[in-house]
Amino acid sequence: MVGIIDYGVGNLFSLRSSLEAVGAEVFVSGDAAELARADRLVLPGVGAFEDAACKLRQTGMDKVVYAAAEQGKPLLGICLGMQMLFEESHEYGCHKGLGLLKGQVVAMEGMLPPVLKIPHIGWNSLQKQRESRILSEISEGDFVYFVHSFHAVGCEASLAATTQYGIPITAAVEQGNVMGCQFHPEKSGGVGLAILKTFSRM
Amino acid sequence: MITKRIIPCLDVRNGRVVKGVNFGGLCDVSSPVELGKFYSDNGADELVFYDITASAEGRALFTDILTEVARTIFIPLTVGGGINTLEDFDRVLKCGADKVSVNSGAIRDPSLIGAAAKRYGDQCVVISADVKRVEGVFRVFAKGGRENTGMEAISWIKRCVDSGAGEVVLNSIDTDGVKKGFDLEMLEAVCDAVNVPVIASGGAGCKQDFVELFHRLPKVDAGLAASIFHFGEVTIPELKRTLRENNITVRL
Repeated sequence: MVGIIDYGVGNLFSLRSSLEAVGAEVFVSGDAAELARADRLVLPGVGAFEDAACKLRQTGMDKVVYAAAEQGKPLLGICLGMQMLFEESHEYGCHKGLGLLKGQVVAMEGMLPPVLKIPHIGWNSLQKQRESRILSEISEGDFVYFVHSFHAVGCEASLAATTQYGIPITAAVEQGNVMGCQFHPEKSGGVGLAILKTFSRM
Repeated sequence: MITKRIIPCLDVRNGRVVKGVNFGGLCDVSSPVELGKFYSDNGADELVFYDITASAEGRALFTDILTEVARTIFIPLTVGGGINTLEDFDRVLKCGADKVSVNSGAIRDPSLIGAAAKRYGDQCVVISADVKRVEGVFRVFAKGGRENTGMEAISWIKRCVDSGAGEVVLNSIDTDGVKKGFDLEMLEAVCDAVNVPVIASGGAGCKQDFVELFHRLPKVDAGLAASIFHFGEVTIPELKRTLRENNITVRL
């Protein structure tokens, strides 16, 4: 059973629908006891890092994430949810992340050729950096949907795939049971659904 | 490489797709859910649903349908039409929309874009502008293109982007329905003024119009059209193959 962590950030409707579409049993909850019964967890997130990380701690959902990571349950962070798995973010100041993965989240602005627009919005292709479970059903060059202005660096230890946007951008990470996608699998058509299906059955 | 996006637009009135469509193999060609799924399965990169209902009943029906569409389709959904307040944003986002497109609502209340961007993020707010040349000047039109607001279009669009709009849909009234190609001159003026994605709308009549759009204006991110897709004059997979043959990056 997949538990989607609800800590008051963003809309979880599409995420829930997409997991249901691949046949997963899924529930959305902000209750630690309920989430403890899930055998895998999704950490979603949109908006600003500081605000989201703060809400995650206020609601006690950070402990739920740590417990799942510790118990070896598959854990998937999506977009800002992935960014929060890292040590820190430099989005408008320096903010502490969950520290489950080594790396920092930094602005793409100033790192890209000036002709490229920020946010990075749209369909872009994946370049696998090594074998991973989360992308096991995905082919080199498959397209997924991105919407973000910040990205993770210094995460070579967990890097599973990048995408090219002027420079290589961290697209997917995996280290043991802790996984993350910078893109939105729930908005990436058949490719995204295949990733969610893999996650719900691993 | 990031791709150019191809976006079909569906006008919905009282729960049905208007103008009708002309596809074989669809049981109900005016069902937004069925048509949305058809496009999603056939290469659309994103869908735009435009609510052209005037009544409250129709609006409630639209949100029900939107929920159903969002349950079935896993590509980005943009919703427009009748967006005048933050409550309207909330109403459609709760149904599973990813982006909300504002037109007359922003003209009536210019603070709407900033307030929505602050609450939902820039990526969620799309400014849609209906623009027409009047005595050689680009002017913004309201009420579905019927009323000249007198505002100069490029500065209006720039102002909306500065307040937080994360994307621009430029609909040229001059080329809309003419099917002789997109309004490259107007689009170029907008691309030069803003640094957020620009979506071209109005004028597509054939595949070559898209090739010309992306070749002549590499800063344009997406092409939006309605009738040429609905009537099957151009199919999206065919269009994308042609774009790829012309060295334009697309998702196939």
